[in-house]
Amino acid sequence: MPTILVEVMPKAELLDPQGKAVSGALTRLGKSEFSAVRIGKRFELTVDGPITDAIRADVQHIADEILSNSVIEDVVAITYPEAE
Amino acid sequence: MRIGVITFPGSLDERDAQRAIRIAGAEPVALWHGEHDLHGVDALVLPGGFSYGDYLRAGAIASVSPIMAEVIDAANKGMPVLGICNGFQMLTEAHLLPGGLIRNDHGHFVRRDQALRVENVDTVWTNEFAANDEIVIPLKNGEGGFIASEHELDRLEGEGRVVFRYLGTNPNGSLRDIAGITNERGNVVGLMPHPEHAVEPGFGPDTPDAMRSGTDGLTLFTSAITALVSA
Repeated sequence: MPTILVEVMPKAELLDPQGKAVSGALTRLGKSEFSAVRIGKRFELTVDGPITDAIRADVQHIADEILSNSVIEDVVAITYPEAE
Repeated sequence: MRIGVITFPGSLDERDAQRAIRIAGAEPVALWHGEHDLHGVDALVLPGGFSYGDYLRAGAIASVSPIMAEVIDAANKGMPVLGICNGFQMLTEAHLLPGGLIRNDHGHFVRRDQALRVENVDTVWTNEFAANDEIVIPLKNGEGGFIASEHELDRLEGEGRVVFRYLGTNPNGSLRDIAGITNERGNVVGLMPHPEHAVEPGFGPDTPDAMRSGTDGLTLFTSAITALVSA
């Protein structure tokens, strides 16, 4: 079954407290070569049939309106599986 | 006067909101997220809590609940709507209020009695305050950092739509110390702190007069009743 990937990240200019906490942990572990960590989300949307233009339009809409909030996040990638 | 309080999966403070409405002198009406029915109420409260466990984003899944279609329609027609904490998050997710709420900048959940300044006393929910009144009501959140674009922040400030501003320490990194805002019409108000927890002597924040005697939150509910009576 085809799986479509949607990736969402907090806006670059916003503080990412989760990423900051992980970055702090890495520093404490001595991994000081990693100067920043940012945490986003990856959604896997599975469809039963072929990926039609209508489904692509739906995915774009869902990604923009539900999976992300444009005030605080950006949709950074929508990836469709290789055509069979 | 009947004021509805909507329960979502994971709401916590709906009974406190109902109690506040009762103490203020109106009849609380319990509403359910899964219905398309506001049961003829005159105003609405979206209560605090952690609807859907804050999955996806705080308030995001609740904001597309069945009943939200009726809430958005009623709000756009002028019905008074108050969103408290998670309810505020839902109102931003539903685009009834601008901006968004993100995790507190210090990364911790915070619970404290919070001083606020009431900067807009023309809204349905604040008309019984005096301009620049300083009040204290409880605050409790993990994702209370209010953000919006600089353009939007300037617009909110310019139009006087910042209703409540944090005094003293900014508890969560909210931009420009914003604790609560309103829509252009002044019928929809959202705030992170909890007025419904400061409505009855003995159960509110401490005041200089006596322990737990703070009832500053009651004025939001009596304001709405006054506005509805005079409408």
